[in-house]
Amino acid sequence: MTVIAGEKPALIWALRLSVVLLVGLWLFPTLGLLVSSFRTSDQIATSGWWRAMFPSEQNLTLRTDPPSAQVQEGDLYVIEGRLFAEGTSSEISAWGTSARDPAAYEPGISAELRRGGTLMVAADGAYRLESTEEISGKRGPRVFVTATVPPEFTLENYETVLVSGNATDNMAKAFFNTLTVTIPATIIPILVAAFAAYALAWMEFPGRALLVAAIVGLLVVPLQLALIPLLKFHNEIGIGKGYIGVWMAHTGFGLPLAIYLLRNYMVGIPRDIIENARVDGATDFMIFVRIILPLSFPALASFAIFQFLWTWNDLLVAMVFLIDATGETTVMTKQIVELLGTRGGNWEILATSAFVSIAVPLAVFFAMQKYLVRGLLAGSIK
Amino acid sequence: MHPAIQGLLTIAFGVGGCVGYFYFSNLVLDRVIFPARGAHIARNIRRANMIRPWLFLFPALLALGLYLAYPVVETLRLSVTERVPGGGSEFVGLANYQQMLAEAKFWEALQNNFLWLLVVPAASTAFGLLAAQLTDRLAWGNIAKSLIFMPMAISFVGAAVIWKLVYDARPEGTDQIGVLNALYIYFGGDGPMQWLTIPFWNSFFLMMVLIWIQTGFAMVILSAALRGIPEETVEAAIVDGAGPFQIFFKIKVPQIMDTIVVVWTTITIVVLKVFDIVFAMTNGQWETQVLANYMYDKLFRANDWGVGSASAMVIMLLVLPILVWNVYNARREMR
Repeated sequence: MTVIAGEKPALIWALRLSVVLLVGLWLFPTLGLLVSSFRTSDQIATSGWWRAMFPSEQNLTLRTDPPSAQVQEGDLYVIEGRLFAEGTSSEISAWGTSARDPAAYEPGISAELRRGGTLMVAADGAYRLESTEEISGKRGPRVFVTATVPPEFTLENYETVLVSGNATDNMAKAFFNTLTVTIPATIIPILVAAFAAYALAWMEFPGRALLVAAIVGLLVVPLQLALIPLLKFHNEIGIGKGYIGVWMAHTGFGLPLAIYLLRNYMVGIPRDIIENARVDGATDFMIFVRIILPLSFPALASFAIFQFLWTWNDLLVAMVFLIDATGETTVMTKQIVELLGTRGGNWEILATSAFVSIAVPLAVFFAMQKYLVRGLLAGSIK
Repeated sequence: MHPAIQGLLTIAFGVGGCVGYFYFSNLVLDRVIFPARGAHIARNIRRANMIRPWLFLFPALLALGLYLAYPVVETLRLSVTERVPGGGSEFVGLANYQQMLAEAKFWEALQNNFLWLLVVPAASTAFGLLAAQLTDRLAWGNIAKSLIFMPMAISFVGAAVIWKLVYDARPEGTDQIGVLNALYIYFGGDGPMQWLTIPFWNSFFLMMVLIWIQTGFAMVILSAALRGIPEETVEAAIVDGAGPFQIFFKIKVPQIMDTIVVVWTTITIVVLKVFDIVFAMTNGQWETQVLANYMYDKLFRANDWGVGSASAMVIMLLVLPILVWNVYNARREMR
């Protein structure tokens, strides 16, 4: 970075810091969801995700092995074992034998049990229960421990959401439904808009200026107005709620922006190219397919990204025109809203589902960002 | 049938139909109706070229007319009628509007919408301008921009989940998993707050989600505008001894005022249409209702098409000035 007159080094550092702060602030919420989607439900519920990287101190209620595991050593009855599964590195900082005082003893100390016998718990979770009489009952006595549990990450949530989950948890079907909505709802408006934009940019016919103005006006019409009239219309022509209806709706709502962006771009293509082709005897259809379409690739790409993001992320249009009572055609956004309602506390499912649904648009976004920005600029600064 | 195969078939059918229309309609025009051969070749080509623009435009005009223009008229009509039992509808004048105006929920929605319209475009534009100016001359500015821009790709529903986690509250005494409550308690707040249920302020917590999404958009456009400012004006100001803040507010901002207005209006339109955030996070409970959600409630929950259409017309009325202004600008440009 070059230091120009009027800028002090201290100011530059302040500037760098504020950018780091701003980016951190903007990234933090999404990061939380990503991290949470890899944690177990216990971990999500007991500590903030920002502490996921560090061991967390948790109060756990565990049990020793049942009395059936006891062995006789001389005149002592002994149960020995570990409170944690083999291979974990949890560390106990305090333990107790009653819920009233769960942190009564330090690790390594022996304590009298109420039912008789003594219990010793070591820091690594190994315990030894001794009694002079035979230990009875079905289950081992409870042990309350305050333990530092190492961080744990799992892919189980993704498995549940994508493969093994039940009807409400599993997103696979909704994922394909969303794709089925999105792909045609991206391609069809581009095709339709490209032809229209070419006509508006390069063909002479009466009423052209008026049409352009009308399209600019339609850019801002809220799609809420369209819900009832079009639902009625779809029912009347017999397509009801379904994919064809939702494609048509997305096409209609996406068209003004598409035509506007593409026309602005096509007007900028040099006139010579088109006129030379005309002189050579090419029809408008050939000019369009062979010359204009390839040349317009950047504009087409930028609109494609917009329309893709918009249809993928849409909730309202799908709810009104697609999803019927059977729920067979539900899309991901709708399924997540339902999860929010019914499983508001199950963060592991909720976070993973949300992340599955935003992964595709994020990938598209980072891969095609250049075109997205170009499209935004073409559409906004005129 | 596997959903993937079913999807592929439906996609092939939909896209194929569209490609087919353009290809065959032009083929028919050139080969059958006005063939470019025979005795009237010149006349035929001329006629074909008169018809072709409409062939190109036809699907677009049909879709625009049907999906955007006709609904405006139809919704207006629906808003002054009421369904009668047994089918059909009758004209009721302004009764729907009267009924809507008498509802407390409507006024709450209108009030909240005005708050949204004041706060979201202003905050997004301000943050966007700040981000654009700060990142503009940093070596890693583009990476920073990408990250701030990223929420644009996230659905409103996804964003709602993300922010629900931020606002989450656990019972008092246990570890907080929502970062806002964790901070609040860390800095001495007394007990976790259910942020989304505090009337009036909860609207701001919902707005935060939209601001978070829209800031990137504002930043990208304003940053391009900032780059378009001629170097000379800035240099002249430096020579005259202006500080960085003076340069920013007195030299740069006035020069990109047009762009700021464009960004502001674009976000305003988004705010008026936004529905998903409120729907997913509070569904209008705890006095967070907004017009778009109120309308959805009326249309599909209460099944009251009259009042629903009336509230849709209110949204239309609010965008109307922007519509007129856009068309006016477009017409000026065409000349």
